[in-house]
Amino acid sequence: MKKGVIKMIFRLGCSELLGKCLTTGAALIAIVSTITIVVFISMKGLSTFTNYGVSIKEFLFSVDWLPDRLPEEGGPQVGVLAFIFGSVVVSMLAVLLSAPLSITCAVFIVEVAPFWGQRFLQPAIELLAGIPSVVYGYIGLSVLVPFIRDNVGGLGFSVLAGFLVLSLMILPTIVSILTDSLRSLPREYKEAALALGSTRWQAIRLVLIPAARSGLITGIVLGLARAFGEALAVQMVIGNTRKIPTSILDPVITLTSAITMDMGNTPMGSLWNSALWSMGLFLLIMSFFFILVVRYGVSKGGITR
Amino acid sequence: MLKKSKIMMVALLCLVAMAALAGCGGQDAKQGAGGSAQQLSGNITVVGSTAMQPLAEQAATQFMAKNPNVKIVVQGGGSGTGLTQVSQGAAEIGTSDIFAEEKDGIDATQLTDHQICVVGIAAVVNPAITIDNLTKQQLVDIFTGKTTNWKSVGGPDQKIVLVNRPKASGTRAIFKKYALGGAEEAAGIEEDSSGTVRKIIKETPGAIGYLALSYLDGSVRAVNLDGVAPTKENITAGKYLVFGYEHCYTKGKPSGAVAAFLEYMMSDDVQKTIVPQLGYIPETEMKIVRDASGNIKNK
Repeated sequence: MKKGVIKMIFRLGCSELLGKCLTTGAALIAIVSTITIVVFISMKGLSTFTNYGVSIKEFLFSVDWLPDRLPEEGGPQVGVLAFIFGSVVVSMLAVLLSAPLSITCAVFIVEVAPFWGQRFLQPAIELLAGIPSVVYGYIGLSVLVPFIRDNVGGLGFSVLAGFLVLSLMILPTIVSILTDSLRSLPREYKEAALALGSTRWQAIRLVLIPAARSGLITGIVLGLARAFGEALAVQMVIGNTRKIPTSILDPVITLTSAITMDMGNTPMGSLWNSALWSMGLFLLIMSFFFILVVRYGVSKGGITR
Repeated sequence: MLKKSKIMMVALLCLVAMAALAGCGGQDAKQGAGGSAQQLSGNITVVGSTAMQPLAEQAATQFMAKNPNVKIVVQGGGSGTGLTQVSQGAAEIGTSDIFAEEKDGIDATQLTDHQICVVGIAAVVNPAITIDNLTKQQLVDIFTGKTTNWKSVGGPDQKIVLVNRPKASGTRAIFKKYALGGAEEAAGIEEDSSGTVRKIIKETPGAIGYLALSYLDGSVRAVNLDGVAPTKENITAGKYLVFGYEHCYTKGKPSGAVAAFLEYMMSDDVQKTIVPQLGYIPETEMKIVRDASGNIKNK
């Protein structure tokens, strides 16, 4: 009896039906979970504004984060501008440092030294992507922070430490997308450039990199998105001071680290907790924005085949 | 042949996924039905304070060895999570570093408080700051950002660096309430865990912060407040008041295995061994009682 059932399943499997069911099922799970997550975060995040009557303007543009203050003392206030500012500054600086480095690496791997670039440099960079973020943070905390404190100045916990760690973390993302897009360029581009008498440097600078522009922008935007969403490694080295920094050596706080630090200790449904969800919603909207940029902003311009 | 083995793989994966899902569902703890002292049984979920997690874990291990039919799962997540989960009935016991009354958004009236032990909190400074005593006013001035150099309180010429726990942390709430008299702290470095706070204070010149007594290991300097040292003796006698209770909350009155476990937490088996080993002060040794609004009575 049992054997018969198994046989039947196998016969079914040989038909198209099982495959169709499996793929559709998997796709449905992916779609349903995305939708439920978005709906859940939106519901939780919007309750700050609907249930507690905080205005969106105050939430986004005030630096007063006093969720524990009693109403008679003028609280509670949930302004997150300092966190947004911290996130933007740290990730922008990380991309500014990482992008030129990544372009150089990618060009080296694809054009300058394809043999050992592909054998050694590319695996090494891909390995960077596999290091867990807590390890980056721990190295940052034990090596980078004391180094900055002793040699550059300040406390060590700083914007500088944060974006240095982040720039290393987003390097693999940008490099791998850029190498793929450089590799997919038609050979004729390079050959034509060389045939017209340009040097190797001119061919790379004037023909190949502009031609791979869409890949370059995609890589940078995805790197920025990764930097914006990274929590743990950044939290360990930036010092988490709820104030807008005035120098690159000042400690700073990001949206993600503000969420993780208060998350467990605030009761569900309270204004404090809802404000954390609203920050999560803001991060979600930012990442939608990044995805939109990649999908619709990038394809125009650049030389496509 | 290849096709078949592929299908097998997919089927196997589905099975594993299903098993995992079923496993998650099974964690839903049900209150123990067995009431008699010999035959306790049931599942207990303890969720909440990370400070209390090691204590609850060790007590649970010993309790389960004595009562093999009881299964206790101890989880962290933070005091807020603990109070939320026990209020919603998702956990039998919610642990917290502060009174439920002090947490906004928790209906404290439906929860029963069980105070297990006491944790003292000391102001600590970088070992290079050669200060042994601070008055309460000096401490408040330092944490509110009025005093910015150690020179002004009799220390070396060194800028003061504040190291805080996050606002929602129980340690910070207790320190703010009892050491700073509720004064709002100036912005400073904030760190998620007491271990990191200790590391930063140890390494950063001029740093000051606060730690539970269980985290003092000689690498940082604990400061006396108004001439009173943060020691177990001073806390039990009611002389040093910067301390908090570690609470176990249940929804309503506990019964069955939950009641037995809470009783076990208060027995000498736990109070005389695990509690002092972890650096806490046994509730049973306290000579004073303090309620949620801060009123102190002799026991």
